[in-house]
Amino acid sequence: MSSLPADYFAVFGISPSLALDLPELQRQFYVLSKQFHPDRFARASAAEQQYALDFTSLLNDAWRVLRDPQARGEYLLKSNGFEAGDSRSNPPPSELLEEVFELNMALEELRHGDGEARGAIASALERFLAMREALDADRDALFVRYDANREPETLRQLRALLNRRRYIENLVRDAQQALS
Amino acid sequence: MSVFQIDFGSDDSAQESAPPRVVGIDLGTTNSLVAFLDLTAPKVIPGSDGLSLVPSVVHFPIGGEPVVGAAAQRALLFDPRNTVYSAKRLMGRGAADVAGELALLPLTVAPGSENVIRLAVGGREVTPPEVGAYVLRQLKQNAEVFLGEPVTQAVITVPAYFNDAQRQATKDAGRIAGLEVLRLVNEPTAAALAYGLDKRQNGTIAVYDFGGGTFDVSILKLQEGLFEVLATHGDTHLGGDDIDNLLLRVALEDIASEWGADLSGNNEAVQRLRRAVIDAKHALSTVPVATIAFDDAGREYRRQLPREVFDQLITSIVDRTLASCRACLEDAGLTPAQIDEVVLVGGSTRIPLVRQAVRALFQAEPHTELNPDEVVALGAAVQAGILSGAVEDQLLLDVTPLSLGIETMGGVVSKLILRNSTIPASATEQFTTAVDGQRNVLIHVLQGERELAKDCRSLARFDLKDIDPVMAGMARIEVRFLIDANGILHVSAKDLRTGKEQAVEIKPSYGLTDEQVEAMILESFDKAEEDFKERQVRETRVEADRILAAVDKAKQDDAWFALPTAEQTAIDLAINELLLSYHGDDYVLIQQKMEALDHASRGLAESMMNSAVRGALKGTKIE
Ligand SMILES: Nc1ncnc2c1ncn2[C@@H]1O[C@H](COP(=O)(O)OP(=O)(O)O)[C@@H](O)[C@H]1O
Ligand SMILES: [Mg+2]
Repeated sequence: MSSLPADYFAVFGISPSLALDLPELQRQFYVLSKQFHPDRFARASAAEQQYALDFTSLLNDAWRVLRDPQARGEYLLKSNGFEAGDSRSNPPPSELLEEVFELNMALEELRHGDGEARGAIASALERFLAMREALDADRDALFVRYDANREPETLRQLRALLNRRRYIENLVRDAQQALS
Repeated sequence: MSVFQIDFGSDDSAQESAPPRVVGIDLGTTNSLVAFLDLTAPKVIPGSDGLSLVPSVVHFPIGGEPVVGAAAQRALLFDPRNTVYSAKRLMGRGAADVAGELALLPLTVAPGSENVIRLAVGGREVTPPEVGAYVLRQLKQNAEVFLGEPVTQAVITVPAYFNDAQRQATKDAGRIAGLEVLRLVNEPTAAALAYGLDKRQNGTIAVYDFGGGTFDVSILKLQEGLFEVLATHGDTHLGGDDIDNLLLRVALEDIASEWGADLSGNNEAVQRLRRAVIDAKHALSTVPVATIAFDDAGREYRRQLPREVFDQLITSIVDRTLASCRACLEDAGLTPAQIDEVVLVGGSTRIPLVRQAVRALFQAEPHTELNPDEVVALGAAVQAGILSGAVEDQLLLDVTPLSLGIETMGGVVSKLILRNSTIPASATEQFTTAVDGQRNVLIHVLQGERELAKDCRSLARFDLKDIDPVMAGMARIEVRFLIDANGILHVSAKDLRTGKEQAVEIKPSYGLTDEQVEAMILESFDKAEEDFKERQVRETRVEADRILAAVDKAKQDDAWFALPTAEQTAIDLAINELLLSYHGDDYVLIQQKMEALDHASRGLAESMMNSAVRGALKGTKIE
């Protein structure tokens, strides 16, 4: 029985990299699913069944992580010894402090029935979305750079960027939830 | 050579080496049925009454054998206290979960029902998996009689939104019924499989499954035989039963004010009234006004129920299903307009308001070509075919409906596997000790979307035992959480310092232990052998009929009159012997007599054949 791939990238037969061809990865995901899914081994030996289960769960985990740029970046950081850090326990990035404070105020007002706060939340949401878009472009550029140079310095920058993006993502979610 | 082409049935030796057949079972809240894959098309299997739908009702007569199905449904009217229906709603639950529900059922719950409900019926105690097992055993028997072979493996469907405990309870029911459950399949996904058979196109489909006890919605992407579930949502406590309860309450209040009598304590009357409101509900799916008709102790209650009033009553229930659909769309990242096809499943989708609401939400005409009562079982049979290898060009990629997490400091849940993750899925987490020399770590696993453990469903507590005693924080135990293709959780652990497997003791929060299940395994009917024989006799007789008719016809032919008298006598004798054996139940003897007749009439067959050939030659001869 062959052993399991060492990491999420190896599942797809690629070396750890960040700028990925997602349509191609998805095609691979389907091909591998059809080949290794436990349903294909219901009548096989116990060892083969176990391998199908282990491989397919790894495949599903890998596809889930790699198709999401944020999760993919964090995964690669982690496997290079950079702990991403839990956004909940991390303080907000300093340049966002004021924004966060204002958003929280508006959310609080909305909870107490102040309908006017909606406007403030909506405009905050727009700013967050713009920030997110800018970060996405920066992130994609960092992805390409890392694939070319593989330097720890690039990963350090990536870590800062992803933490910030995660934080903004939470703000977007909170604002959207409040408005819906 | 024989013109009669006697076919002595299929080659038994080939059958013996074939792998055992896997059937597909829809174990419903209201009705259950079993299907199998016949060549390439799934077919439902009828019971001895000719009906494939088996009501999921079990009557436990005091001192008698349990009765399943239509007969049990009748018992509901005269012995409601010992008759269990809608047991699926109790699967994988504790008494506290279903207190409201149980108040409406005329059943008594025995003490000690915190983790598994124990119903006191027919002078014994039964758990919901056992009730399910009686239904499954009936279906198993129906399949064995119909297929003429033992059935030991099955695919069983569950509501997509069933949690781990409910899935495990269903699997237990299978085992108690003597079935190896090769796979649990989500009901809406099964329905999609059933539809996918004849329409192998690509696209995005939504399956809206509104049955008796549960509501599910799933959104799938179909491409080249791959059924990929994008998201699923639902409510395991929302179905036609709730509509019935609503109507029942209205009718009881109505009667109370009309007769000045409260019937709600009278189980027997309540069951009859329930039947009456259900009849009216069903009628309203086809007629604009129905009457709830009920008599008790010489008094008559008649209440006209126009569809508009009914629609108003059930609007909030239908709205709940729509909210679920919207949540599901959002999780799939789609808008209603992006759904290409909508499939309706479950008896409650016959309600016009429901159809209208679904049509309006998805802006599409829903599919109803397949019988909504059968479509789930048919899909289960297709999945059975996938597992047995009979179906190679299709595959299902399903998801877990609920997020899986562990309780951390302050009762907060840390999510490990998010809902709508494709299964099988896994997550690993490292644990350590807090105190020097600590030997145990307790992990509390939950399912649900809420932040706090108290708001999620407790699945189990896993006790990492016999940890090497080391300084606080030094232990490194890696725990792997794996959700298998059935949606059931498996946990294993490894001590990273020693590389050794770490012992884990599982304490499920709800459900039976393996030992308990083992002790409950039912005697199988053991009738399969007998039934197989009966079927052989029946089939051999049909074959004999065919041969006798063919010989009769041959006796009109010129060839018969040209036959020597001795040969004619031999044939007549053989006919007589076959007729004699015909009414016995020894099918081997009938077959022997058929062979003897075939042998005796060989000369006749040959001369008929020759004259046919001569005739044919004559006809084609160019003069
Ligand atoms: N014609 C109908 N109109 C309205 N409801 C119906 C009709 N036929 C069946 N039902 C309801 O459908 C439910 C049973 O559906 P089914 O799909 O068999 O459920 P389950 O899968 O939960 O067993 C019951 O609540 C029944 O009253
Ligand atoms: Mg159903």
